[in-house]
Amino acid sequence: MNALGTTTGGVAGDGVSPDLGSRTPNPLRTVGTIAALTLREASRRRVLLALAALTVVLLALSAWGFSRLAAEAGPDTLTSGEARLTASIMLNLVMFGFSLIAALGTAFLAGPTLAGETESGIALSVLARPVRRWAFLLGKWLGLVGFGSGFVVVAGLAQCLVVQATVGYWPPRPAVALALLAAQTVALLTLALLLSTLVSPMASGVVAVGLFGATWIAGVVAGIGESLGNDAVARVGPISRMLLPTDGLWRGAMHAFQDPSAFLRLGGEEAAAFPFLGAAPLTWTYLVWAAVWVAMIWALAAVSFGRRDL
Amino acid sequence: MSAAPQSAGPQSAGPQSAVPQPATPPPGTSPDDAPAARRTAAELVAALPPSPAIWCSGLRKSFGRRPAVQDVSFEVGRGEVVGLLGPNGAGKTTVIKMLLGLVRPDGGESMLLGRPTTDPAARARVGYLPELFRYQPWLTAAEVMAFHVRLAQVDVAERERLDRLALVGLAGRADDRVGGFSKGMQQRLGLAVALVVRPQLVVLDEPTSALDPLGRADVRDIVLDLRAHGVAVLLNSHLIGEVERVCDRVVILDGGRVAASGSLAELLGQREVRLRLSGVTADVAARLAATGSVREADGWYTLSLPADDAAVPLTDPADDAAVPLTDPVPDLVRDLVRLGARVHAVEPGRITLEDRLLGILRSGHGGDA
Repeated sequence: MNALGTTTGGVAGDGVSPDLGSRTPNPLRTVGTIAALTLREASRRRVLLALAALTVVLLALSAWGFSRLAAEAGPDTLTSGEARLTASIMLNLVMFGFSLIAALGTAFLAGPTLAGETESGIALSVLARPVRRWAFLLGKWLGLVGFGSGFVVVAGLAQCLVVQATVGYWPPRPAVALALLAAQTVALLTLALLLSTLVSPMASGVVAVGLFGATWIAGVVAGIGESLGNDAVARVGPISRMLLPTDGLWRGAMHAFQDPSAFLRLGGEEAAAFPFLGAAPLTWTYLVWAAVWVAMIWALAAVSFGRRDL
Repeated sequence: MSAAPQSAGPQSAGPQSAVPQPATPPPGTSPDDAPAARRTAAELVAALPPSPAIWCSGLRKSFGRRPAVQDVSFEVGRGEVVGLLGPNGAGKTTVIKMLLGLVRPDGGESMLLGRPTTDPAARARVGYLPELFRYQPWLTAAEVMAFHVRLAQVDVAERERLDRLALVGLAGRADDRVGGFSKGMQQRLGLAVALVVRPQLVVLDEPTSALDPLGRADVRDIVLDLRAHGVAVLLNSHLIGEVERVCDRVVILDGGRVAASGSLAELLGQREVRLRLSGVTADVAARLAATGSVREADGWYTLSLPADDAAVPLTDPADDAAVPLTDPVPDLVRDLVRLGARVHAVEPGRITLEDRLLGILRSGHGGDA
């Protein structure tokens, strides 16, 4: 350190003046500051590099796959309807890969960013500032939402362009599909944020991704039950989609990506067992429920984080 | 000890003293008198002493069934440096975290700079260096400073932020990522972060735990400089010498309770005198015992003088007015000689804060000084 002497003038500022003039800090500015920091963290951590690398690999592989499909399925072998069905299924398959990357990425980013900061002590100096905890949490959440949704939309759009360029298929409602994919990411990262206020960073990521996978499997199992006419098994899907709406939103996204005739072409009701086609568009009721679910989980996270001793 | 403003005293101990009285005009005043009445009220408010930097009363906190803090009350005046001392697990860090809103108290009240600690605005002009000092490793030191300035929502120019980094010895490292900093450098950065928003109160929790002796000396200088500028400091440190050098007052915690508190002069008021004597008769022993409690070993008689006497400064013999009339030592030596004792040596003994702290903790709380 330096010798102090005269250089320290002003450390204190107006220490003796009464604090009548100190303003009440604006929580919205806190939200903006924390959101910007979270985005900067995501961009500077290796996770972004890893995500970018995975995405490029997946895009390149899918471009190769789709071009092979176009080369081998010439006009003599596949009807245009069959080609659209195949393109729909493959597009949904690759999109599932992206949604998985987004889920893993955001869940493992949400955990460390909150629980990790509380454990390491980074949060101590931040929350000792004139900061409301809900504003801190909202900032973190918004930053993660921006990051996760941004990734899904950019990667998804790139994939749609790859498919368009290779096999000439363009999804019927790409904006809806990408928005639902982003909503799925938001639902999962909100859950990861809640978990990270309760358990350790790694555990919160593992549990969130585990639940995400379990709901997806429950959806597949319910599809099998539906195609076999077993109502008890078929009921598993709607229940799990209510408890954690990631699978419901994913199915809505698939439906918007695929060719409108694809589901019927594959066999209608019996095709319900097939995991890479969406049976029906999402209802408004379900979308409202998904929004309410996210709001509830966020509120729980805010209460849990607000009561936590650091 | 110093010219720094002392605690405002018990009359301003409660938050009530910080709350301006409503400016209601006295009965019978006409509406025309209202501006005058308001002006008078404003003058009255302006004339009020500033609220304490820290005020807390009856703070309690338990973790599970284990009580960590029980009924802790103290105050830190504006511009005052107060040391928080106590053994491991005494509850020092928990008290600090409760004051800063990081830990929710189970009971009690607290205020920072005149605002209740439940209001985040109370922390707007507070700097804090946590015991567990970690900063975003993906940011540079300059970015960490800018981030904290934005969080506090105050305007601090970049030049001033860099000055703070230079002050703690990180002038050349402003653009380096914090992830590459050593522990000592991170603690220095933490100190700069605590100082960056021109605080009126600085809370330092073990601020020198990772610093070398030079760094410790500089922290001491910074604290003294803060005091000189009227900034209040709450300093939690295990280094008693550090506390003794810079603090106006200390609060000693033990088992989650305030074991003792007071100014250094009050706590260290007790003084000892060591006398090497021979020819000690019963009369001589009685004369010694009449002055204070006596311990004898190998011809050395250690006399503990009462606090009231010892509080009188023993300085500047050139100035007649400063010679303490109540100092019992000259009279004692004269009487001992008169009673036939041979006085070989008279040495002043000094009780250090460490002795006093250990005495308080071992005796099961000596109470407030």
